[in-house]
Order: sequence, then structure tokens, then C-alpha cells
Amino acid sequence: MKREYELVENAVGRLVPTVVNGKEQVPYMGVAKHRPEGRKAAPPIASAADYPADGDKVVKDLRTALEAAGLKDGMTVSTHHHLRNGDFVANMVFDVAAEMGVKDLMWFPSASFPCHARNIEHMDSGVIHHIEGSMNGPLGRYCSEGRMRGMGVLRSHGGRYQAVQDGEVHIDIAVIAAPTADPFGNANALEGPSACGLLGFALADSQYADKVIVVTDNLVPFPCVPWQIQGNYVDYVVAVESIGDPEKIVSGTTQITRSPDRQLIAELTARFVREAGIMRDGFSFQAGAGGTALAFAIYLKEMMKEAGVKARFVRGGSTQYLVEMLEEGLTDYILDGQTFDLEGVRSMRENPGHVWTSPFTSYNYNGKGFFGTMVDVVVLGATEVDVDFNANVVTHSDGVLLHGIGGWQNCLFSKCTILPIPSFRDRIPVLVDEVTTLVGPGELIDVIVTERGIAINPARRDLLDAVRGSDLPVRPIQDIKADVEKIVGGPPARPEFGDKVVAAIKWVDGTVIDCVRQLP
Amino acid sequence: MPRGVGGRRGEGVRSDCYIAVETRDAGGIDIALKSKVESMYGESIAGLVRRGLEFFGIEHAAVEVEDQGALPFVIMARLEVAVKRLDPSEKREFLPETAPECRYASRRDRMRRSRLYLPGNEARFMINAGLHEPDGVILDLEDSVHPAEKDAARILVRNALRQVDFFGSERMVRINQGGLGQEDLESVVPHNVHVVLIPKCESAEEVIAVDEKIQAVRKERGVENEVYLMPIIESALGALKAYEIASASPNNVALTIGLEDYTADIGTRRTPEGRESFWARSAVVNAARAAGLQPIDTVFSDVRDMDGLRASVLEAKSLGFDGKGCIHPRQIRVIHEAFAPTRAEVERATRIVLAFEEAEKKGLGVVSLGSKMIDPPVVKRALHTVDMAIAAGVLDADWRDSE
Repeated sequence: MKREYELVENAVGRLVPTVVNGKEQVPYMGVAKHRPEGRKAAPPIASAADYPADGDKVVKDLRTALEAAGLKDGMTVSTHHHLRNGDFVANMVFDVAAEMGVKDLMWFPSASFPCHARNIEHMDSGVIHHIEGSMNGPLGRYCSEGRMRGMGVLRSHGGRYQAVQDGEVHIDIAVIAAPTADPFGNANALEGPSACGLLGFALADSQYADKVIVVTDNLVPFPCVPWQIQGNYVDYVVAVESIGDPEKIVSGTTQITRSPDRQLIAELTARFVREAGIMRDGFSFQAGAGGTALAFAIYLKEMMKEAGVKARFVRGGSTQYLVEMLEEGLTDYILDGQTFDLEGVRSMRENPGHVWTSPFTSYNYNGKGFFGTMVDVVVLGATEVDVDFNANVVTHSDGVLLHGIGGWQNCLFSKCTILPIPSFRDRIPVLVDEVTTLVGPGELIDVIVTERGIAINPARRDLLDAVRGSDLPVRPIQDIKADVEKIVGGPPARPEFGDKVVAAIKWVDGTVIDCVRQLP
Repeated sequence: MPRGVGGRRGEGVRSDCYIAVETRDAGGIDIALKSKVESMYGESIAGLVRRGLEFFGIEHAAVEVEDQGALPFVIMARLEVAVKRLDPSEKREFLPETAPECRYASRRDRMRRSRLYLPGNEARFMINAGLHEPDGVILDLEDSVHPAEKDAARILVRNALRQVDFFGSERMVRINQGGLGQEDLESVVPHNVHVVLIPKCESAEEVIAVDEKIQAVRKERGVENEVYLMPIIESALGALKAYEIASASPNNVALTIGLEDYTADIGTRRTPEGRESFWARSAVVNAARAAGLQPIDTVFSDVRDMDGLRASVLEAKSLGFDGKGCIHPRQIRVIHEAFAPTRAEVERATRIVLAFEEAEKKGLGVVSLGSKMIDPPVVKRALHTVDMAIAAGVLDADWRDSE
């Protein structure tokens, strides 16, 4: 079979496909090198004459809504991941599509979770053609094994907004799971049995999709306020028994890591932030909900209290720990992108200082700035980092696609990006000569904190100078890697891949930074 | 066919492997390998197994390896125990190289504020233990090892002593009692063990037996470093004989107490207040001090209760103990902080030390501070306090210059 693409080398030396799912691609050109042209995409103009004057857009069920929206073969259907591993709606959509006998859909989720694994059946049966969106766990493996018909496309949260805005992905039908909605389609995630905080991931879809369906299990009379999603974008509203499993949507409590090694890494990271002078009055930071990042936030909080320092804002993924900081007056604001526990949801509902954001405000690169660049320090994870500080978050060292990008690429634009990571896991080195998949360019990654020392990107002389004289274990990255190789018995053999590209990795500006090959 | 099995597999196993060796009359070596790191280290693992079989002179065998990311020294240990279970007469040791990081020495009078217990058959806890900077790590062959795995743990601990960097922590091994303990010593003493812990010690003879075995192994294997001893009192009889035990060998450096066994032995349970063990702990402190050893307290077993740990260390310190056992790395910092002298203690100690040095310079036999005479034991105590303060980071090493 003739391939529709060729492979060309991009600015970081990776071979990437020229065409992805029939669309021409721009190979990655470097940070801040690509300038998009043209005008943004837009949905067709609608008329209020075609919508009920009483504002009641409720239809009897999802099938009715999808039929009315004109679902047919080959369309692109989007869903979102604010209900995380508790989401019922994405599965409902494709079950109904299968029932209707529709084929070859492109599923465009903002992220997928293990609860979506049954969509593998819909791919096998032909209902779904392929996925453009993060593929976690079983879906990632399915893609890696080359079983998906089209090419997977992985984008960051900001990159997804950008792709929709720029018309790179045209959404025919967006289905938005809403914890609370009114018959007009106004929706929020602050109330209701499936409350999850915010709906930012669905913002682009509501603005740019041809048809928008809101699915809720908590229908309230107009007005549903605040309207995180505005009913003026919405075509149909569907009320269902339940949109998700609350226990899997947000956790009752978020766990910090119990691993002593991870705690050590988290503490070193917090000390670095303090010693480098980043922790000062009015600063800002972002730390996710992973165990190490949470532990970092807790250490940093203690150091802030000790030094009498207050932050201007903290960027969430929020958890009870960030909420405590807000309530104790250690930060003026939480700018939240995603709420991970019940305390976070409560705080967002009650506290005007706990602000819901979207990938548009926080991350969209093809716009007039985004606040991710204003964050003083961000703490992120990675599966691999190489000696040039390039990092991988999507594949493991054996080449299997297992994670999405999330907001990771977008966060790299902060003033200081730190990756606190173990230098090896079991026998798998995390510090390597060359990452399996290059998702983040080293020029944006400033510090690697491992249990065996802290490596600072040589390009960041200012950071090296800032911590000189401290008792932090700062070491060249090659030295730490050499230690690791001594322990694990030499550098790992590189995984062998087939020829076929199974997924393209997009950079934040829409260019292609790397790709994932089929497993042998 | 004869079959020997070593290591572990199944749910929850990490950084370890399972190896089954089945010898046969012909057919060469067949290795069936399943590994989570197969694409990265599959060939390396198979190569190591082949090298091991060749070392033991096994030419025909079917070998099953199920690996969960075990490091090479772990794979070597699991293979060796599999071979030895297949042929109990096999005495050769399939040794990994001794890493240069494993060659540092200890001192009789070094600080022993914290000692971290590491189960002897669990490689994954050993690898990063030293990063948490305990004063000592204890590779435990006794209570944390299942009786059926004593042989395996002994080999794994031996390999760890040759391969794992403990970053300057004192390298301790807790051996088993009696004959098993003697076998433990044969296996570990040649590999730069600093301190041997003698469990459930009840008599001077037990200490002497261990000491003699150590000296025999040192002589036979040409071991140059001293091997110190730390007997553990864990019974009523042991507590009554504490001084006899403490003074049984010139190689004793510390005396410690294990309260779980002790309280059971006296027919009670541990309470948070610890009234039931006050006498025994004090007996250990007094016996140790009388014999010139460091008295070291028992472990604190609630790893989540850091406030309780801190209170327990302060109490131990007030009773006269110099150190405390720990079972989780996060306890180490709290222990070091709590053992650190207070500001007032440091201030007083530095004044005494300066007065002492001044008196020595002038050749005076008597040290005085203001109008008060300072007795020699007070000077000794002050020197110790200054050392502790420097180690805990509450006093600069060059404090004299900054005075």
C-alpha cells in the first residue's frame, strides 16, 4: 500500500510525516519560529428564528439529538475529560452511533481515560475510524500496535484549542457532559451529583463546532449560573439519568506520595525554588496533582510560611492542598484548569479567588499571549529526559504510547520549568542519551531534580548563579546519567520499531515535533 | 528433572526476579525470559544468566526467568540461590564486582543517631536508602526475612554490600541467632561490613562466639577492616546481663534494645508512655556507658506519627541514649533534629570547649569558666555536644572563627 506521507526531518532532528490523516503538516521549526497565516475557523451563522423562543432546547434522548445534529459517516465528534475516569458520556455517544449504523467517525476527545477502553470495540467494528486526542492505557497500546485505521494525533490542551481555532480540526458535533445545565444549554460543573468544577476543556468546542449537544443529569430552570458554557452556542440539550460516576470523577482526598524517594525529590525541588530566589512575595507557581508535585506544594507551603512569603496566584489542577493555601491567605488566587478533589470543587463554588480558566486563557499559543508564560515556576513530570534536556511524556522507554500530553507542553513556557523525576524506575533509566519520543524541546526545560542530584540546563546561567553557594546537590546531567547507568548495568538497548507511523505529536503551534512508530 | 528456584514473582513484586533452573543431561542452555525491561535489557539479562551458569559449570539446563526490573546484582543473587537449592553442596560464590563506592571505612566513635532497617530480601529498599543520609543502614537477615528465604537474603545482602552505594552511612548487618548467624557471618564479613548486630543477646558468650567467628573469617579471607559489634537486648535476661554483654568484647561499640520482644518477654505490651520499659532502657544506657559504648534506643514503629517520633527521641535523649532505630527513611531527619543539641546547650558547650582549649594552651590542669571549675566529664560532654551540633547543622564546623 502506498503511504500518503513522506518523512522529513524537523528542527529537532526527528523524522515526521508530511501528511497526517489527509492533512498537510508543517514540521516543527523551533520554539517561536512558526507564524501561522490566514483567518480563524468559524461555525456557520445560525438564526434565532430556528431555535425555540421559550429557550427550551431539550430533546428526548441522545439519539434524537445526534440525529437532529445530522450525525453521519466520516464526521468528527468531540467529547471532554472533565469527568475523568468516571465519564459515561463519551461511551454513550459511540454506543448510539453504533446503534444508528454510522461508520468511520473521528473521535476528538480532549483526553481519554481507561473507562473509555470499550471504544476499542467501536474501532474494531468500524464505528470509530481513529482518535485524535490523548490515548491513555489500553487505547494507547491499541494505537501503538498499529491497530487503529487512521493516525493518532496528540496535542496539548492549548494545542487542541489552537487546532480547533485554526481550523486544523473541524468539529461536526460536540457533545458536552454538563454536571448542571438549563434547557437553553447554559451549563456549569459547580453543582449536581457529577460536579467536577469547570468545563474549560469544552470551550473551544462550544465556540467552533457546527453543532453542540449538552448532556446533563442535573437539569435546572433557566438561568444556570454561572454559565461556564453559554447556551447561545448550544443546539440541543439532553437529560440523562447519570453522566458519570462521582467517585471516579473527583476523589474525596488527594494522596500525596508515600515514597520516601519521591518525597526527597519533592523537598529538593521546593528547596531549589527557595534558594534560587523564585519564592518571593507576589510570585506564582504551578504544580499538578501527581504525588510528587503535591508533596512539592506542601514543602513549598511550609517554606513560604516560614519566610512570610505570599504568592499572587497559583495555577491549578487544584486540590485540597492548594485550597488550604488560598484559605490561609498564602495566595491571592487559584487560577484553575481542572479540579481534582471535592475540596477543590467546593472552593471554586464558594471562593471568588478560586477562578475557573480554560485552555484559551492559560495555554493557547496561536493567540495574543497566554498566561502560562507569566507563571514563575512550574513543576511537571516526564517519562524520560535526555542529556540535552529534551523530554518525553507520551511513550515509555519501550516505545509504547501510554499517556497524553495534557497541559505539559504549554506549561514549558513558564519562567522556570522543573521536572522532578526519579533518575531511574526499577531498572528503567529516566535519564537517557536520547528520548524515545521528543515532546518538549530542551531549550524550554530548565531544571531536572532527581534523587541523585539537581541538573540545571547550562543555558540557564542565571539559575546556576542563583544557587551557587547553596548546599543543593547541583551536578551536570551527564554525571547523574553516568551514575544511573552504573546502577542499571549500562545504557538500555533502543526499542525496535516498525516503519509505520501510528501517531503524530504536535507542538503548541500546530507543527509536528515527533511521531510514534508501530511496535514490532 | 532436578529444579532449583530463587527469587519472587507475582503481584506487587518490583525490582526483583524469579529464576528457576532445571538441569538436564543434554540440550545446552535454554532461557525462557519474561521481563518488563525486555526491549532494553533482555539480552543483558540472558547474557548474565549464561555467564552465571558457566561459572557454576552447568552446561545443560532449562532456565525460566521472570523479571520485574531487577538490577544485575539482584539477578546474580537469585540465580546463585537457585543453583544452590538445586545442589546444596555448591559453595562457590557468583560475586559481582566490588564498586569503589562500597570501600569506605567507619570509626569506632562515629555518630550513630539513626540506623535504618532494610529487609534483607528486598532489594528495592536498599538501592536508594543511603540517599536519605541515615548514620547507619542495617541490612537485616533476621526478623524481616522469612525462615525459608534465609539463604536467599544472605546472598542478596552480600551482593548489595559489594554493589550498593550507601553514601557514607555505616554499613551494618543484623545476623540471625546461633548457627544461622555463623553462616551469615561467613557470607557477609568479607564485604566491608562495619557493624554486626547480634539479636536477642542474653550472654557474654554469644558476643564472644560472634566475635570469634568474625575474627576467623577475617583471617581466612584477609579482611583488613575492623568489624564492630552492637548487641541487641531483647529479653529480661538480656537486660539483667546488660553490662556483662556490653563489656564482653573490645569490638563492641554500641548497645541497643528491642522493645517488641522485650515487652512480650516480661509479659506485657508496649504502651505510648513506655513505663513498662523504663527500667530496661535505663539499664541499657547504664551498661553501655559503664562499658564505654554508645547506648542506642529501640525503633519507633508508627511511621506516620512524626510528632510522636519527635517526642520519643527527646525522651530517649533525656534518658541518655545517643541514637534511635528507624524503619522508614522519613524518620531520619526527625531523629537527627531531635537529637541535635538545643541552642542553649550549644552555647554552653562551646564556651566550655573554648575554656578547655584555653586552659590546655596555658598548660593549666584545671578548666574554669568564670568563677566555676569545670570537671573533666563536663568537658567531655561539651565536646560531644559540639560534635552533635555540627553534625546536625546547628553549628558551623568552623564555629571558632565566627566567635
